[in-house]
Amino acid sequence: MSNKVFVSGNEAVAIGVKLAKPNVIAAYPITPQTIVVERLAEMVERQELNAEYMYVESEHSALSAVMGASVLGARTFTATSSQGLLYMAEVMHYASGGRVPLVMMNANRSLALPWSIFGDQRDSLSMLDSGWIQVYVEDAQESLDMIIQAYALAEHKEVLTPVMVNLDGFVLTHTYEAIEVPKEEQVDKFLPGFELEGKMDLENPRNLFFSSSPADNIRFKVQQHQAMENSREIIEILDKQYGEITGRRYGGLATGYKTEDADIILITLGSITGQVRAVVDVLRAGGEKVGVVKIRFMRPFPETEILKLCSNAAVIGVLEKDISFGYHGTVYTNVTDALKNTNKRLINFVGGLGGKNISQQDIEEIFRRLKNVDKDTNIVNFIGLEV
Amino acid sequence: MSRPTVKTDFSGEIPKGTYGPAMHLTETLEGWRNSRPVINNNICNICGLCYLVCPEGVIFNEKNIMDIDYGFCKGCGICARECRKHAITMQKEGAANE
Amino acid sequence: MLDRLDKEEYFYGHKGCGGCGGSLAVRLALKVLGKDTFVVLPAGCMSAVGFVYPQLCFGVNALISPFASTAAMLSGIRAAAKSLNIKNCNVVGFAGDGGTADIGLQALSGAIDRGDKIIYICYDNEAYMNTGVQQSSLTPYGARTTTTPPGEHIHGSRNSKKNMFEIVAAHHIKYAATASIGNIPDYIKKVEKAKNTNGTSYIHIAAPCPTGWGIDSSETVAIAREAVECGLWYLAEYEDGKYKLNKNVKEFTSIRTYLKKQGRFKHLTDEDIQEIERQRDENIKFIKERYI
Repeated sequence: MSNKVFVSGNEAVAIGVKLAKPNVIAAYPITPQTIVVERLAEMVERQELNAEYMYVESEHSALSAVMGASVLGARTFTATSSQGLLYMAEVMHYASGGRVPLVMMNANRSLALPWSIFGDQRDSLSMLDSGWIQVYVEDAQESLDMIIQAYALAEHKEVLTPVMVNLDGFVLTHTYEAIEVPKEEQVDKFLPGFELEGKMDLENPRNLFFSSSPADNIRFKVQQHQAMENSREIIEILDKQYGEITGRRYGGLATGYKTEDADIILITLGSITGQVRAVVDVLRAGGEKVGVVKIRFMRPFPETEILKLCSNAAVIGVLEKDISFGYHGTVYTNVTDALKNTNKRLINFVGGLGGKNISQQDIEEIFRRLKNVDKDTNIVNFIGLEV
Repeated sequence: MSRPTVKTDFSGEIPKGTYGPAMHLTETLEGWRNSRPVINNNICNICGLCYLVCPEGVIFNEKNIMDIDYGFCKGCGICARECRKHAITMQKEGAANE
Repeated sequence: MLDRLDKEEYFYGHKGCGGCGGSLAVRLALKVLGKDTFVVLPAGCMSAVGFVYPQLCFGVNALISPFASTAAMLSGIRAAAKSLNIKNCNVVGFAGDGGTADIGLQALSGAIDRGDKIIYICYDNEAYMNTGVQQSSLTPYGARTTTTPPGEHIHGSRNSKKNMFEIVAAHHIKYAATASIGNIPDYIKKVEKAKNTNGTSYIHIAAPCPTGWGIDSSETVAIAREAVECGLWYLAEYEDGKYKLNKNVKEFTSIRTYLKKQGRFKHLTDEDIQEIERQRDENIKFIKERYI
């Protein structure tokens, strides 16, 4: 029997967290993440969720607290956004370097200044080098499913790396959709209880999070990189296992839509993908060979997947809600590296900064420009500038 | 009790992540010392004050005699300074080695 | 009292300077708390000297936290212990004066506000010693540090120590105390009380640093004792909403003698010393009105 509910992206995350049965939750409120932690508090109040709910005084403390809890063998959860994510920055590197398998939800939101509570992806992309696995989801269903998969991924013995699940602020966090909620026994089958090999233990005491000499330190960093590399295969395996249990698969690090024979491909990240697919369908109906590649994971980066999905296209556009001032959008920089040994024409579209809506017309315009790519001399093209 | 000792068989391996074992010592610190505390057992009344004030925890009561783990004594001299019986003297390293 | 201490050494083989007061405070507290203890140390002296792989010097479960996170990690560990049903364990943090009164104050305030059953011990050596003696908000008036050089314009530290004991008491904390490594029986008693406190407890222990203070390594305990005798430090408790002065010094020894033993106060003029005496008298008046 299906179990459909009509919920927002934030609520889907909360349901996913509940099904993962965390022991400890610590979070500090920030728009547009708040509904996640409000719903979790309600679940704890109703005793649907048997977790310690910690009221911390900052995001820095939230991430520190769940880190301390995790190494005692507790499954944990925290969530943040934007300024809060950056306030956690120090602890994020700490958690990945310490190989602490945390799961965090981030509601993608612009960074001040100027202040804006609305969505773009500059917050998480500026933390790309923090050593966290980063997944970007497209809709409420994927939000719930990836929260559950994130625990299995982070806690996998070959990975032991924290995972950040990113939802576009408001566009996804606050939009209501019908989703299928997996049964408790399905999730239990997919996600066993948390076991941490090196955890603090009264019978077998440990000294954790130590310093090391430069000679040893680089060996730990090599391990950390290797773990991230290991996660590529584990992501595929978990997608398959999750699909076998729930019937839903998402296709690993990156997925294509009508890419096989496409001459022009637009690469996307996050919730904008659905809108781009709709435009692709319209253009395809008019006989244009266009497609879309959705990047799901920014770390580890889907280099081989992008190369394969784009193999037949001559022109590649990258649409992103991010800019690394003084160069390109960060997604574009990563994509161009993946395609460096091809002679494809690459062009970067930056939109949606500070929450500005990217319209269907904007996307149609992007495809028009990709068709007439020789007329565009700029690599970075801001879209939607007209008032 | 078991006094912490140096692991002589440590091979230089690193754990997966910063998950280390507790009390894992691979070197002694006696080289830090310029002078060493020497307890005169004829004067010592085994009050245990030296055991209390030692930042290193290297002074201990062994079968009713105060003993010192010189492997980890840094020779700070707090024990000699605090001993009410003046039973501890600091002796220059080398001179005390006979 | 000796038989109330665990015979095991839980902090051993560390690379603290000879005569380090902070490491004595850590060692003794762990001998009170015993093996079923989780320790959090922020970046600072104790983590730098006790935690360099492969030389790991804690015999109990211990970890280094980010500098600002001591109390937050303690709370996280306690929450996990509760959720995982790990009973009868102590969760204790050891942070220096900078890690407590400066960068860690917000997280400490949060933990006390939540009332988490954790023990927070501040070993106060009155400056950022691990980074080479820079001024913290617990550096006393007049002291030379590398960022308060005693010249014509800066003339040593100009701030007067934040009152951490009063700050935590203002949170209506379950148990708070000041202590000194110059009075070990008193400190041990206070750690025992903290261990048995059902809520947050805070102990602020004066722990001189021979390197930063400019004293001989053998003088650490003696100078801590003298600080209490001359009235620049005091032993007090805050318990069940009430203050108590543990040692009411009737006649103070000379502040000048205390200061002049230390390299960090060598430059002080007569006016400086008079100002420190004035501050001492003001503080003692406050203490006697409030704690007795």
